[in-house]
Amino acid sequence: MSNVLIIGAGPAGIRAAEALVNAGLRPTIVDEADKAGGQIYRRPPEGFKRCVKSLYGSEATKAEALHTTFDRMVESDQVDHLTQSSVVSLRDGSAVILTSDTLTQLTYDKVIIATGASDRVMPVPGWQNAGVFSLGGTQIALKARGVALGQQVLLAGSGPLLTLVGDSLIKAGADVVAVLDTAPLRSQIRAGLSMFLSRPLFTLRGIKMRLALGRRYHAGVRHLRVQAEDTGVTAMSWQTAFGQQKRTTCDAIGMGWHLLADTQLADLAGAKFSWSRHWSQWLPVTDDLGRAAEHTYIAGDGLQILGADAAEIAGRLAATACLQDLGHVAIPDRRDIRRLARFRRFAIAMARAFPWPNDQLQAVPDKTIVCRCEGIKKADIAATVKRVGPNINRVKSTCRPGMGRCQGRYCQVAVTSIIADQTRASPDAIGRLRTQPPVRPIPVSAALDA
Amino acid sequence: MVARLTRLSEIDRASVPFAVDGQDVTGLAGDTIMIAMLAHRQTLRSSEFGPEKRAGFCLMGACQDCWVWTEEGSRLRACSTTVEPGMRLLSQPPEGWIW
Repeated sequence: MSNVLIIGAGPAGIRAAEALVNAGLRPTIVDEADKAGGQIYRRPPEGFKRCVKSLYGSEATKAEALHTTFDRMVESDQVDHLTQSSVVSLRDGSAVILTSDTLTQLTYDKVIIATGASDRVMPVPGWQNAGVFSLGGTQIALKARGVALGQQVLLAGSGPLLTLVGDSLIKAGADVVAVLDTAPLRSQIRAGLSMFLSRPLFTLRGIKMRLALGRRYHAGVRHLRVQAEDTGVTAMSWQTAFGQQKRTTCDAIGMGWHLLADTQLADLAGAKFSWSRHWSQWLPVTDDLGRAAEHTYIAGDGLQILGADAAEIAGRLAATACLQDLGHVAIPDRRDIRRLARFRRFAIAMARAFPWPNDQLQAVPDKTIVCRCEGIKKADIAATVKRVGPNINRVKSTCRPGMGRCQGRYCQVAVTSIIADQTRASPDAIGRLRTQPPVRPIPVSAALDA
Repeated sequence: MVARLTRLSEIDRASVPFAVDGQDVTGLAGDTIMIAMLAHRQTLRSSEFGPEKRAGFCLMGACQDCWVWTEEGSRLRACSTTVEPGMRLLSQPPEGWIW
């Protein structure tokens, strides 16, 4: 029987696994969490008691359906589920997997990469201090752990997650002091109509959540500055859309500007990339079903930031392509392809509504830390660009942004924007951070034992 | 020290005794090390490049900004490791640790 490896057990990975199982295969699914579900449908540990409705709100039915589908496949031994495991390298039909300090090798005939996305962050002065978290992290803390990351939480950034996290924190009883959106109201209104036309109910739900934020919400915010002392953040200073200076006391900040596709394994597997002006990031190139390279398929937010509903569809389609290439008779559902196109229209409108605030990034002071891992400042990057030219990999190897422990996940968009603004070079000229295995830090002892 | 985080729900769990920098504290069963530590203090560790302290960032194992150590000398990712009874954790690398 053919050996299919699925990386990531979120909506895309689960639906891909289901389609393969229905065709009689027994895929191996590797996931970093202890339970399947992914980030958006993340499940709390054993012994936690909140009901699905309080965890997932309007998406409770979908979350439950996915969890049940997956659990049933595990119980009946139709999939091999490797939990708390990371694929750290991927090449020529062989994956290296890290499970608690031990490396193992797994050979595969086909791989479906469903690694999702993480927060796309913009560096703001002071964001390196304790108490500043990613927006996604703030949501994980609430959903999977039942905690707010401070007594007074401030949220900043842009994108659908900003409103969603604010709304869930307030419902759970947290003190949310402000929700600061850098997207101007006019871009939200302009693109909002296209969003409404492609997904009316979804858009209305978002508007309802936004209204629930009340006076905490501010659009078109500028000049975010984190103030902190030794034990962590104490306040955010900011400017309203009308130029009024404000200072909001807080001891925790969640920040994120939409999402960044996690593409490192796709890169190692040989996928081609192109710069997406919609999402301001490099994204893998695939056919309609998700074929990226020989024996390699990509589905979900790791391919395009279309959200959880689209990820379920993309997972099914990627599995269909995989089955076709294995010689099965597999026909993609036309409705799936049509719905995916509609979700794509919606997502592009949403990306326009909540744009990457490039002008704000250019306005941050030179001493702002851009790389959290190694404390590299905007001025260091600017000076390096002058010396080595507008090429991100040369900037990386000279000045080290992207070489720290997060491997550039949280600085690459900012570094690209800084280079582009300074040199007027196009993203194609600047290039894309090359991925190097291992994509997660591994203990040297594990490498020696392997 | 003052707690960083607020427990909003799921507080009806068994307590788990552990130690941070030689001080005995308790977490709740199912807590990650990060949550259990930040229920007693503001920060997890110091940045090795800057003067500032850190308290984690992404909570999904991607940023690697929440590393703490055990007294025995192993390094743990606090956001994705469950706290176990009797763990003895350090917010600074143990003596002799080489980066």
